[in-house]
Amino acid sequence: MRNLFPILTVVIAIFVLWYAGSVALNAAWAQDKAKRAGVELTTKELVLDTMSQKKPKLPAPHQVAEEMWKTTGDMVLKGRGFSKRSLIYHTWVTLSSTLLGFVLGTALGVALAVGIVYNRTMDMSVMPWVIASQTIPILAIAPMIIVVLNAIGISGLLPKAVISMYLSFFPVVVGMVKGLRSPDHMQLDQMKTWSASPGQQFWKLRLPSSMPYFFTSMKIAMAASLVGAIVGELPTGAVAGLGARLLGGSYYGQTIQIWSALLTAAALAACLVGLIGIVQRVVLKRMGMAS
Amino acid sequence: MNDTTVIAAKNLSLTFQTNDGPVHALKDVNLDVQKGDFVSFIGPSGCGKTTFLRCIADLEHPTAGEITVNGMSAEQARKARAYGYVFQAAGLYPWRTIGGNIRLPLEIMGYDKADQDRRVKEVLELVHLDNFEKKFPWQLSGGMQQRASIARALAFDADILLMDEPFGALDEIVRDHLNEQLLELWARTNKTIGFVTHSIPEAVYLSTKIVVMSPRPGRITDVIESTLPRERPLDIRDTPEFIEIAHRVRDGLRAGHGDEH
Repeated sequence: MRNLFPILTVVIAIFVLWYAGSVALNAAWAQDKAKRAGVELTTKELVLDTMSQKKPKLPAPHQVAEEMWKTTGDMVLKGRGFSKRSLIYHTWVTLSSTLLGFVLGTALGVALAVGIVYNRTMDMSVMPWVIASQTIPILAIAPMIIVVLNAIGISGLLPKAVISMYLSFFPVVVGMVKGLRSPDHMQLDQMKTWSASPGQQFWKLRLPSSMPYFFTSMKIAMAASLVGAIVGELPTGAVAGLGARLLGGSYYGQTIQIWSALLTAAALAACLVGLIGIVQRVVLKRMGMAS
Repeated sequence: MNDTTVIAAKNLSLTFQTNDGPVHALKDVNLDVQKGDFVSFIGPSGCGKTTFLRCIADLEHPTAGEITVNGMSAEQARKARAYGYVFQAAGLYPWRTIGGNIRLPLEIMGYDKADQDRRVKEVLELVHLDNFEKKFPWQLSGGMQQRASIARALAFDADILLMDEPFGALDEIVRDHLNEQLLELWARTNKTIGFVTHSIPEAVYLSTKIVVMSPRPGRITDVIESTLPRERPLDIRDTPEFIEIAHRVRDGLRAGHGDEH
């Protein structure tokens, strides 16, 4: 409850700026229309017009909210919640490849981190490649992945998930290498005094010790994975998904559709990261590692 | 060396190579420890007392000389699980209960479940933590945590207990109490104990043999066989005999220190 006031303040500030921005940006088009029709607009008429244009430069918040309702809740009420025009359908398409890519990326990241921590050759050689992989703009490499995978007969969900994986394994590798190395000298010496095998050392000490790092990197990985899924939807010809809605909206100047897809993507990311946050809190509390 | 010799070091030296040149952590250390001894290693920091304990435990590797533990090389002895080691910090895993922490080495060593349960109960009783098996480390005070870590080192059948300043971080009152309990535990279990400390009263109160060490290079300057009886109430520390031994330890420390100047 203590947090409510600052959060509300920020939200209100955002709305005020947003409305002010849409009035300022859409005013020119409203004046233009009025001039051609040969009428003079009062300030009130001008402001009202800026908030109700069909293709505004910056749609007002209520326009976006209306569009979002029309493509989600309203369609559910009409029994068409999963039709191709529904945002729920597109969100689901994006979510499924986000989650698949996230799982693949996390698995790859953990596997690489284990290799780096336990294998000297990998320790010396893998990290530069991992970092180099992230310096390539994803927009440049995404179409390649789609094309190459298509050529070997893989299409649909998996190519998009691969792009998500490409983005999401990175924070997991970095976080888990640090996490698996977090036990101190004393704890490792102690394992040695018991003649523990490398496997026992991993399962009983290194892996549990890495959990705080694991959850933190998963949060970043989840957000990166969503970005990857959206980017992956762009070169596929905008068939389905939030990325497709963004691209489609920009083809036809449907700014309201673009903004509603953007906000849905942001809300989706917030939910997914929040979900990991809840699991993190419960798990770390039970492990006695809550900070 | 006879058949009751548990630890034997002969001309043991350890030199660390650092950027500032070699550091002689141990130089020509000779020492025999008999079964059932309580040996304290005392000296200023840098005298190699912890390094020597770590050599016994095969956590450091001597660069010259020889060390045997239970008649084996230190490495063989470590692999045969000849000793339990108590570190300066309790080092309990926060995600395991006290019982779970004590069970940890037993799981690693492959004791069966029933045996694990029995041993956990037994050692918890030994360190007077009977009712704390299900508690988590953060629910215990520092002294209790250190007792749990001693219990963990006692849980498997090692007849040597190596302790590296185990009570260093605790306050005087808790320390006295734990020293008393440690003697009681030593009497009941008949273990051979190697104990690193920088407290003269602690060393004199606990030990049957006090090894005084001095730094640069780390070496033994005096070995004092205690004449105190094995049964030692806390007020033995006020007897003339106790004070005399403490004096001799202090002289040994001063002599070692004097060499430098």
